[in-house]
Amino acid sequence: MRPEPRLIEVRKNVLKQNDIVARTLRDSFHAAGVFVVSLVSSPGSGKTAFLEKTLTLLRPNYRVAALVGDLATENDALRLARSHAPVKQITTGTLCHLEAAMVQNAIQEEHWDLNQLDFLFIENVGNLVCPSSYDLGEDLRLVLISVTEGEDKPLKYPTIFNSADVAVVTKMDLAAAVEFDSQTAHKNIQAVRPGMQVFKLSAKTGEGMQNFLNFLSKRLQELRPTPVT
Amino acid sequence: MHELSIAMSIVELAEEEASRRGVQIEAVHLKLGALAGVVKDALLSCYEMACDETPLQGSRLIIEELPVIIFCTTCQAQHPLNSIQLFCCPKCGTPSDLIVQGKELEVVALEIKECAPNPA
Ligand SMILES: Nc1nc2c(ncn2[C@@H]2O[C@H](COP(=O)(O)OP(=O)(O)OP(=O)(O)O)[C@@H](O)[C@H]2O)c(=O)[nH]1
Ligand SMILES: [Mg+2]
Ligand SMILES: [Zn+2]
Ligand SMILES: [Zn+2]
Repeated sequence: MRPEPRLIEVRKNVLKQNDIVARTLRDSFHAAGVFVVSLVSSPGSGKTAFLEKTLTLLRPNYRVAALVGDLATENDALRLARSHAPVKQITTGTLCHLEAAMVQNAIQEEHWDLNQLDFLFIENVGNLVCPSSYDLGEDLRLVLISVTEGEDKPLKYPTIFNSADVAVVTKMDLAAAVEFDSQTAHKNIQAVRPGMQVFKLSAKTGEGMQNFLNFLSKRLQELRPTPVT
Repeated sequence: MHELSIAMSIVELAEEEASRRGVQIEAVHLKLGALAGVVKDALLSCYEMACDETPLQGSRLIIEELPVIIFCTTCQAQHPLNSIQLFCCPKCGTPSDLIVQGKELEVVALEIKECAPNPA
């Protein structure tokens, strides 16, 4: 007779290693007072265009930097560098998402002094599936959808939308041409992440960007409360 | 696809436990939440690949899927969601993003082979 299998209890989080590095990163970001935003979306939704605009508009008043994950090319890093902000490319090779250790290594390789930064942006690999499981130590996870990809993206990828903190609907300059239904999109976002703040904008025309920049300034202020005098 | 790297982490984790305790593993029990961002079938096929040429070769991965459970502030109670496309209380309709369960990706137990002959 086959003996009863013996079960031993373990209880171990599979992503523990990533979570530990992410926590270390988050602690060092907070200690330095830098507000960290990660961006996720489908390939081609407009992360790089939106980030280039954001960096360009923030740079006169804030110290900004960006990390950008890409499977193979350096194109995005070159585009972002046009904003004159420090930019570092993370080539992920075959890996379809960034992990906390890659962020940590990139910051160390560049010798970035976090104390000298106000905002750090991290563009994830274009992918609405894999990045959802990996904490990067960010304060804010921003999910983008463009008006050209349909209103039902949130329902198709509820996990990543649920894991995000704010949503950006971009390429609004094309909304009329593709008959984008703003209300349905909003409803779908709220269905998978009740209460999530949504910014509608165009990285091309700059429409709606100011709202988003105001939001960022406010969040930075909250991170660094002015001492009570 | 990140299921392969997840499967490799599972194998690594189980291997570590096995060698620490000096046992051989027959099966790994995993809890998988509906919001973990991992597809069960993809993970199962990647697991076999990840076990190749490791002490876990031939072992099984047993996955328990966990539904999302939210806390409803109106009902003051926990309820499982009917669908992860709608984060509303299934009883009263109140939207909720208070997630009580659903993000788990956890090795909970190991089934081990009895190496020593049974004294019985
Ligand atoms: N009309 C218009 N086009 C845009 C806008 N934002 C981005 N695009 C265009 O959309 C295409 C993809 O934009 P990217 O910024 O490269 O998208 P991405 O999400 O960074 O792409 P990956 O990094 O490859 O996933 C480019 O041709 C952009 O010029 C916008 O607001 N309006
Ligand atoms: Mg890009
Ligand atoms: Zn993947
Ligand atoms: Zn309720």
